[in-house]
Amino acid sequence: MNISKHNEGSTLTMEISGRLDTTTAPELEKEIGASCEGTEKLILDLKKLEYVSSAGLRVFLSTHKKMSKQGSMVIRNANPDIMEIFDVTGFSDILNLE
Amino acid sequence: MSELLIKADTANLSDVIGFIDGILEENDCHMKAQMQIDIAVEEMFVNVANYAYTPDEGDVLITCNVENGSAVITLTDSGTPYDPLKKPDPDITLSAEERQVGGLGIFMVKKSMDSVAYEYKDGKNIFTMTKKIGM
Repeated sequence: MNISKHNEGSTLTMEISGRLDTTTAPELEKEIGASCEGTEKLILDLKKLEYVSSAGLRVFLSTHKKMSKQGSMVIRNANPDIMEIFDVTGFSDILNLE
Repeated sequence: MSELLIKADTANLSDVIGFIDGILEENDCHMKAQMQIDIAVEEMFVNVANYAYTPDEGDVLITCNVENGSAVITLTDSGTPYDPLKKPDPDITLSAEERQVGGLGIFMVKKSMDSVAYEYKDGKNIFTMTKKIGM
């Protein structure tokens, strides 16, 4: 997994690429925790994300809850296979997907 | 018969996935099916690693074979008897605030595999799943 960040005012975009699994999800959680102070809009760009297991979904949900208190979180560009995971788990209904 | 005997430790996840991917790629597995199988194997392996032997350590035997166009995968451990299929499904209609962070792994496995089965035999937990690997 790789994360690249782009900050513009109070909007933070994080591009997550590769595999988000049990091993890498804690790194993402830590990176989000360290980067989101003062962020009002967090955009997670999943264009290059190939894989997400429940460990990754947990990070998306906990971050969504956290960001709801200080602004919002948006998920962009998930590929069709990952969209299907969001659909099956009901995450499509609770996350802001673009 | 391809098998891997490995310590039930999440640090071994990439070796487990590498073993499964090697077999799936030899058999021209469709990419989407491969991702779904990898996720299912990850969820079940991590479950065993986190709960089966706690606080001790132990091994998992993983087998993966392709029969009649389907991958047949088993995970066998000698830890605490536990039927993961008995875990109630999460309520996926709840709002984000009400949703619990967790409990999704086995649910994803049940939804993405063609069949799943659990058996406790000779002191061992045996979990079997199958998935068609073609288009």
